[in-house]
Amino acid sequence: MSPTKTSTLAADAITLAHRRFIVAENLSVALPPGRVTAIVGPNGCGKSTLLNGLARIHTPAQGSVLLDGKDIHTLPSREVARKLALLPQDNTAPEGLTVGDLVRFGRQPHQGWMKQWSREDQRAYDEAMTAADMEQLADRALDTLSGGQRQRAWIAMAVAQQTPLLLLDEPTSALDLGHQIEVFELIRELSAQGKTIAMVVHDLPSACRYSDHMVAMKAGEIIREGAPAEIVSPELVEQLYGVHCELTHDPATGSPLLINVRRASAR
Amino acid sequence: MATSARKRVVVSRAFLPPLASAVFLLLLVAIGSLLYGAGPVSPAEALAVLAGGGTDEARFVLMELRLPRTIIGMVTGLALGLAGALLQSMTRNPLAEPGLLGVSAGSGFAVALAILLGATTATLTTLVAQLGALAGCALVIAATRVQGLGNDPVRLVLAGATLSGLLMALTSMLMLVDQRAADEIRFWITGSIAGKPLDMLGATLPSIILALVMIVMVARPLAAMALGEKAAVGLGHHPGRIRLLITLSVALLVGSATALAGPLIFVGLVVPFIARALAGPDIRRTLWLCAPIGPIILLAADIVSRLIAAPAEMPLGVVTALVGAPILLAIVRAGRMPSL
Repeated sequence: MSPTKTSTLAADAITLAHRRFIVAENLSVALPPGRVTAIVGPNGCGKSTLLNGLARIHTPAQGSVLLDGKDIHTLPSREVARKLALLPQDNTAPEGLTVGDLVRFGRQPHQGWMKQWSREDQRAYDEAMTAADMEQLADRALDTLSGGQRQRAWIAMAVAQQTPLLLLDEPTSALDLGHQIEVFELIRELSAQGKTIAMVVHDLPSACRYSDHMVAMKAGEIIREGAPAEIVSPELVEQLYGVHCELTHDPATGSPLLINVRRASAR
Repeated sequence: MATSARKRVVVSRAFLPPLASAVFLLLLVAIGSLLYGAGPVSPAEALAVLAGGGTDEARFVLMELRLPRTIIGMVTGLALGLAGALLQSMTRNPLAEPGLLGVSAGSGFAVALAILLGATTATLTTLVAQLGALAGCALVIAATRVQGLGNDPVRLVLAGATLSGLLMALTSMLMLVDQRAADEIRFWITGSIAGKPLDMLGATLPSIILALVMIVMVARPLAAMALGEKAAVGLGHHPGRIRLLITLSVALLVGSATALAGPLIFVGLVVPFIARALAGPDIRRTLWLCAPIGPIILLAADIVSRLIAAPAEMPLGVVTALVGAPILLAIVRAGRMPSL
């Protein structure tokens, strides 16, 4: 893997609104460099909105998102795309598009009018295909792949962008357990290679297992932030999801493990 | 080397052979357009002119009538084919076609109005046609934003048909106002590239070149838009800017085509349909293939229009409608609409 430069990404007191409805107010968060950050919380808590804000998809009504200390909305979008790759949730692909076609799109921020497919592009493409273990599937159409393979192909596109930052919006939703593991392990490998990653994760146990840093959100606010082993507690789980549980630790990895999860008796 | 081998795999997804074949076919059709006609000049006499001889009459028919007609036909086909491909890609609707969606009808209505008001110069007609097309485009985009309409290809076409019907009724109404204008409008509205003066071509050429430049600028981002709007932003593109450039290009192209040939339907549907079948899912390749296929389809339809009712001519717009309507039905009936 080519050495990735590092970049920092942070939200500085941002307020995010859909039209006039304020989803989240005064959020500040900084992604720890080289780590995997998981944004968790119940449905509708604003976690995807925060990620979209960080990815400059959603323009904050107030405050600013800082990429390497500069307001992301003042930077040219192409320049941002060379530092920050995004895997959105509602991506689509035209029928018949192959894995190779898709991954080559990842090089667009590095291409220009006069700068067509270069040796550098080919190298980045090859590396991304290797990283996501997609070489054998390069000529397969996306619509013929399994959900896990398809998601790995999209991640490979983001990897081909060769950015120090990678943001993923629910990368494993709608995947079965085996495919979830396939995707999460790829994310860990990318982190081990030095990328700073943030992902919205629906499933709290997976977030505990695969993240270094956790941002817990509820009703548009960040209520706890820190290493999963430090912040995840029965109280936090009840606060977030309204369920009771007990906590133990995964004997193999040491990450927090929820057991005996049940509906809070108060309901 | 491994790298070059992989590159070859990329290119060899059967793109250059169809492109080369299409260009070759275009050459044949263009020669056919010079050789065959409803007039008194036979193919053999026309061939003699092409070889450098021939009678004065044959020379006149070829150089003053058929040659301009062929060139105008090629430009019209190019414009409509590209406009159809762009509109389909932008609305993600394989049925989106300037003719069906009312863009051509908007352009046609504007020109009819201009004729009625006494506009005679080619430049003015072109400009009016383009403004009409732009208004039509704006209505299409507004329609795609209506909940439930934008996602359903057939319903969008229904909305377009409604708009076209309304505009055509309004155009007919204009014809009741003034007999002289009515004759002119009627001749023009059926769609034809016969006997069109070359100064109209001169008036549209700058717009078409401008549109081509915009297409070159926007092709790569437009291809990325197929991955979803957020993904396109993630790759550093500006969806709003892309849509604006596409809309302007479509308006310039359709307006030019309408000014040249009248409102022709189905050409913008059939051409990208064939191109996509040959090129695969990437809009850039589809556009490249539309460039020769558009002129081929239009010239072929024009040759048919000259021969089918010889010595009279059938209007080109009738031929494109007769050929295009069954193709539209076939695409819709296939049920499995390609997702763009």
